[in-house]
Amino acid sequence: MTGRTLYDKVWDSHAVKTYEDGSTLLYVDRHLVQEVSSPQAFDGLKAMGRALRRPDAHVAVADHAVPTRMRDKPLPDGLAARQVSRLVDNARAFGVPYIPMNDRRHGIVHVIGPELGFTLPGATLVCGDSHTCTHGAFGAIAFGIGASECETVFATQTIRQTKQKRMRVRLLGAPGPGVTVKDIILALIAKVGTGGGFGHAIEYAGPAIAALSMEARMTLCNMSIEAGSRVGMVAPDETTFAYLQGRPLAPAGALWDRAVAEWRTLASDADAVFDREVELDVSAIAPHVSWGTTPEETLPVTGAVPDPAAEPDPARRARLQKSLDYMGLTPGMPLKEIAIDRVFIGSCTNGRIEDLRRAAGVLSGRRIAPSVQGIVVPGSAGVRSQAEAEGLDRIFRDAGFEWRASGCSMCVAMNDDRLAEGERCASTSNRNFEGRQGKGGRTHLMSPEMAAAAAVAGRLSDVRDLGR
Amino acid sequence: MEKFATLTSIAAPLPETHLDTDVIFPARFLLLPDKKGLGEQLFNERRSNRDGDGPRFVLDTPPWNQARILVTGRAFGTGSSREQAVWSLADFGIRCVIAPSFGEIFFSNCFKNGVLPIVLDEAAHGAVMAAADAAQPLTIDLEAQAIRFQDGRTLPFAIDPHRKRTLLEGLDEIGLILADDLADISGFEARQRQERPWLHLTREQLGYLDDVGEELR
Repeated sequence: MTGRTLYDKVWDSHAVKTYEDGSTLLYVDRHLVQEVSSPQAFDGLKAMGRALRRPDAHVAVADHAVPTRMRDKPLPDGLAARQVSRLVDNARAFGVPYIPMNDRRHGIVHVIGPELGFTLPGATLVCGDSHTCTHGAFGAIAFGIGASECETVFATQTIRQTKQKRMRVRLLGAPGPGVTVKDIILALIAKVGTGGGFGHAIEYAGPAIAALSMEARMTLCNMSIEAGSRVGMVAPDETTFAYLQGRPLAPAGALWDRAVAEWRTLASDADAVFDREVELDVSAIAPHVSWGTTPEETLPVTGAVPDPAAEPDPARRARLQKSLDYMGLTPGMPLKEIAIDRVFIGSCTNGRIEDLRRAAGVLSGRRIAPSVQGIVVPGSAGVRSQAEAEGLDRIFRDAGFEWRASGCSMCVAMNDDRLAEGERCASTSNRNFEGRQGKGGRTHLMSPEMAAAAAVAGRLSDVRDLGR
Repeated sequence: MEKFATLTSIAAPLPETHLDTDVIFPARFLLLPDKKGLGEQLFNERRSNRDGDGPRFVLDTPPWNQARILVTGRAFGTGSSREQAVWSLADFGIRCVIAPSFGEIFFSNCFKNGVLPIVLDEAAHGAVMAAADAAQPLTIDLEAQAIRFQDGRTLPFAIDPHRKRTLLEGLDEIGLILADDLADISGFEARQRQERPWLHLTREQLGYLDDVGEELR
């Protein structure tokens, strides 16, 4: 018998039963509940008179629709206020803990899950949000589901799934100065395409992984969905255990020791076989920026806007042209000449304390260009207060950024934080889709330090050119 | 859930690739409270000219405004997990989407809402797209797993057997699990509490969230 992968091991330990067609009834340990994907699920339960199988396995928080300023007042009456209210009422009616928007534990689901220790190695975790793959950084099988599937999890604590194929992405070498894990994941998506991980559960491995902090691993796993995979995982190690120990919902005492002993066995066996293997030499990667309207339309910042005329395949040529038209770019234009209007630093991809420290490191003693408006939206209240304790808010404010309260904000543009038609944004978020940051808005994805550098220059720029 | 048996309709041709769920159903409409009526917002930003002169989006252009099948390019429904993308297609009247590839979450959301997503290879997809362009009706026979053209040609398609049954019978998945699998679930939970007790949060641990207070509203 060949060895098992990390994914196999966590899967096997959560298989309630296997059906005749080979699919599995998978047990779900944890469910994060937010205001956008849950109301219809709760309605479904009510209509059928169903209860939650295990209210203790869910935590609810409103992150998508909440404003990031004037949080001392209730939301003005409207659709967002009603959506948040509905979550509050549902959480109460069904006995789920709810974290209010001004609580010190508030934040984006994918930021607070790990902060609380709700996310654990070897667990299964779901949420009605595609970036649930973030939690795979801990060695959990974590994936995004739709509202109907949320209802299934509420009622049964399980979900019927077909096992994914296994894909390993080996990261080799060490990144150069100014290059972060965001550049690595963008480079990977550019390499394998937005369908590259389709049908596969990705495990990130290789020598470069050990050096990554938990926050960096979360950024990496977070964008697995942009490579087409619902699941991205990293085997737990000492870095993982050190991050989790002492977290409020993590096990403690003798139970902690017992858990860690098991977590140490989760790493893929040396003879485990993957259906697909990809290698990426991270030492060869330059800082990346997206130029188009899918995350695979990404290039080193030293590059130029692609020319559709040079693309022989007609379908690809049409696709390139469509992206350029939407983005308002000219073929051949150096990426570093693209002027920007807005900068967004935040999101479940890059809204954690290390992200803010690095962006502040670039901004310290500098001012953002007069033509640029920038906001910093910490991923959680915890990140925000930590940043304030370190004086980072002062650096951002002095540089000309607005310092906001936690939430998804301009990554999903469901609240007031959005681009106007035609505005161009340097963004640390995860999706550059048409209209993602507001109708007609143009998004360039990049790392926090690259977004900070763009803010200073007023155009896309290479953080390595700034010195420091 | 509405059963899916056999569907005959012209198909709307939408050859673009990478139509993600933000394009299918823009995020600002996610604040709308219900599943019903969302067809109005389907592909909203592409439909600035719904009934005037000049170019219209295919789903606003007769005869395709009556289409119940959508034929589109690869990577349809990638991105956000929002089930609104499927609800808005279903509300508009689309019961079948044909593409070379789909976003995984969108794909599985379809089956929860009586919408059939069909993956076809390039050649088969090209044939279906040509029929869609020509506004020739197609028949989707789920039982036989076949697409039938007006001229009698047929194309087979693959579908997971369980998902096929779910659509054909309009099954309530939750009801099925509760009816058939509860003993297995209880047994699993009992074993897990013994073997991996840390995966079950205790009352004491959850007490950490007891002092959260009320939402401002």
